[in-house]
Amino acid sequence: MRFTLNIWRQNGPTESGRFVSYEADDVSQGMSFLEMLDGVNQKLLVAGEEPVAFEYDCREGICGSCSLVIDGIPHGPDQGITTCQLYMRRFPDGANITIEPWRAKAFPIVKDLVVDRSALDRVMQAGGYVSVNTGGAVDGNALLIGKDQAETAMDAASCIGCGACVAACKNASAMLFVAAKVSHLALLPQGKPERTGRVTAMIEAMDREGFGSCGNQYECEAVCPKRISVRFIATLNREYRRAGIVESALPNASESPHAESV
Amino acid sequence: MITKLDPKIPSGPLEAKWDRHRFSEKLVSPNNKRKLTIIVVGTGLAGASAASTLGQLGYQVECFCFHDSPRRAHSIAAQGGINASKNYQDDGDSVGRLFYDTIKGGDFRSREANVYRLAQISGQIIDQCVALGIPFAREYGGQLANRSFGGVQVSRTFYCRGQTGQQLLLGAYSALCWQIERGQVTMRPRTEMLDLIVVDGQARGVVVRDLVSGRISIRTAHAVVLATGGYSNVYFLSTNASGSNVTATYRAWKQGAAFANPCFTQIHPTAIPPSDAYQAKLTLMSESLRNDGRLWVPKMLGDTRAPRDISEGERDYFLERRYPRFGNLAPRDIASRAVKTVCDEGRGVGPNGHGVYLDFAGVVEQQGLDVVAERYGNLFDMYHRITGEDAYRAPMRIYPAPHYTMGGLWVDYNLMSTIPGLFVIGEANFADHGANRLGASSLMQGLGDGYFILPYTIGHYLATAKLPPVTEDHAEAREAHQRVLNRTARLLAANGRRTAASFHRELGSLLWNYCGMSRNETGLKLALSSIPTLREEFWRDVVVPGAGDSFNQELEYAGRVADYLEFAELLCHDARHRQESCGAHFREEYQTGDGEPKRDDTRFAHVAAWEYREGASPILHKEPLAFEFVQPTTRSYQ
Repeated sequence: MRFTLNIWRQNGPTESGRFVSYEADDVSQGMSFLEMLDGVNQKLLVAGEEPVAFEYDCREGICGSCSLVIDGIPHGPDQGITTCQLYMRRFPDGANITIEPWRAKAFPIVKDLVVDRSALDRVMQAGGYVSVNTGGAVDGNALLIGKDQAETAMDAASCIGCGACVAACKNASAMLFVAAKVSHLALLPQGKPERTGRVTAMIEAMDREGFGSCGNQYECEAVCPKRISVRFIATLNREYRRAGIVESALPNASESPHAESV
Repeated sequence: MITKLDPKIPSGPLEAKWDRHRFSEKLVSPNNKRKLTIIVVGTGLAGASAASTLGQLGYQVECFCFHDSPRRAHSIAAQGGINASKNYQDDGDSVGRLFYDTIKGGDFRSREANVYRLAQISGQIIDQCVALGIPFAREYGGQLANRSFGGVQVSRTFYCRGQTGQQLLLGAYSALCWQIERGQVTMRPRTEMLDLIVVDGQARGVVVRDLVSGRISIRTAHAVVLATGGYSNVYFLSTNASGSNVTATYRAWKQGAAFANPCFTQIHPTAIPPSDAYQAKLTLMSESLRNDGRLWVPKMLGDTRAPRDISEGERDYFLERRYPRFGNLAPRDIASRAVKTVCDEGRGVGPNGHGVYLDFAGVVEQQGLDVVAERYGNLFDMYHRITGEDAYRAPMRIYPAPHYTMGGLWVDYNLMSTIPGLFVIGEANFADHGANRLGASSLMQGLGDGYFILPYTIGHYLATAKLPPVTEDHAEAREAHQRVLNRTARLLAANGRRTAASFHRELGSLLWNYCGMSRNETGLKLALSSIPTLREEFWRDVVVPGAGDSFNQELEYAGRVADYLEFAELLCHDARHRQESCGAHFREEYQTGDGEPKRDDTRFAHVAAWEYREGASPILHKEPLAFEFVQPTTRSYQ
């Protein structure tokens, strides 16, 4: 198989980028999309040119590193997978394929197809945890959690933090990501004590990082490699409303949910 | 110079060692903890759990990872589960049994005291993970669910679907996020450790490269913790993530840390077979599949019929035949070798005969498609995407792949290397798995080291060591900095015609053939003579484009390949020295008539710890393994 690739090249966050065309030949059907790009890069290297920068690590769909917009769709044409799980048999021989980075204000470009997603880490740092110390935890079976409840929490927790939801959204909103994180802990008894502060802090962090608002178009769900449901956005909204009511009913609540621990 | 390897195993009965040791350890007062800085390199299960716990204790922690986010470390890819001797199933499990299974699984090449401690804290790890909100699989009544795993006869594995590593890592990462928010941990992602700073014999810092700006800088501290994972990628094709590498531990070795048992490399039996020359990695199919799947090949040589056309009587369920007691749940090393044997006989299936069937027809018939889909759905989907084949209808094809490395930097009972102040945790150390790791034990060890062992033992070191101030201007720091600058410049200057990947592939194939699933003297000698030639060619002919002062993925990669090209030699030296077959290390000269490994406790009941010498062969130091509480037996699963 052979393909013509239009790849976004950009040297750094402040420089302007452009599409450059490359030919990928000797491609076989069983090659993964990233292996196809490896092949292009090997040829560029031998020719003394700079290879195309793109991100990858586990190459089995779990680390969340790979992040390509392929023909306008984050992670490419198939649903429920990451870029690294896409195989060339999915494309017709001779096709033109356009490859771009995640595009969002909160994700500045590092180089070519690599973006900086540390905004997602900062949202997590704002409250995406249960504040328990190491040591002294009670027996795991002391806390009974129904199977369905645990499974729903797991559905939310399976988010790999790739940021495709942001890349797919015309508002570059991170609502599905934040919804997954908030819902995972809100669904479990361990997350209850900090439930109110967590959702408020994470929503505020999300806004601070420059992610947009949710427009209820569900593009995020369509591209999510783990098929995280937009129903969790409803959970997030409910949690946020609830926090507003609880907080207004408790005038003495401290401003930051973790103020006492600093 | 290493004079003597002192494992510092506490005296007393096995059950009391850890408790007594913790009591006798000196503590650092809360006021003093604030003045102490600890560097943690790596943010997998071991690194993230250690960094967060050390932050919680009040130390100033500086934590590094080469990924863009600490959450992407390769622990995330562990699928099957995590062991603990909770005995929730009331099936006869206990601390003693987990200890014994692990030490036997490791073919009696690990320390009793370390393994017992790991079994003791295994339950606490589960409790801690539950407290962090990890959504473990549950029964309808709300209790934690368990499944069984290779090499044992009880159900002690806790799991989150096929994504246990991911959930445990996200838990440790969330604890890390809390400590970052509190200002206790300074997180530096996209930063790679390239050298270790040793001042007056103590580890006092690291040299790191900022992978975005390319800036190479000195970071000093009172102690350094390496949690940088294993080196299976030395084989090029492995189940490891592309970025996993030996660089941090290898550079520490060159600064004086002994490297133990490098030849203990685990080849996992159930990966998707390699299909073509372009392949960049091998994808693991979780060991949990062997709970319900049966391995077989045709009895007849060169039988190319479709699997469903081969009748029961014409199939060889070779694990069930050879190991009736454990059957398809035989440990990894044994299962991998059995697969190799039937493939070498010419009974392998699929392209090149590199594969055996893993068949679910029986369980689908007995329990229904839905049950199988619920249990393994994500793995079947993954298999389908990669191969284009439907494992619900036809059996999977699987073949062994390098997966985990039991070898690593030598550490004592306190997880400290031969360099005072350099601690090594998780897969990066050699400690607990002996010559073969059992399934679902790596997550246990990584979290055990990080949450519950290191935070105690490092405190004793910090409380008792003399630690004069060290700044970036210190001569040893400057020297380490210069070493990294020189090496980076040398990589960029090579300006040759071959890519780093082409060298890596060639090295990997050499190692796979001569130091892979089975090894012999002739092959190892050949590998040892070929590696230096390949290395010379690398430095003469590698091409690394671009500059050092910018984001340059090829420069990062070439540096790692350069280290593999040196480290591979150490691996082969160790394999050659160990003239016995034990665990994952199979020397063809040492086997029984029916192909079972022959261990030699008289000559090789020791840890082989290698010391670096510039321009000469490494020096071997032996730590004898004393078995006071268990009697090493022939490890039989028949």
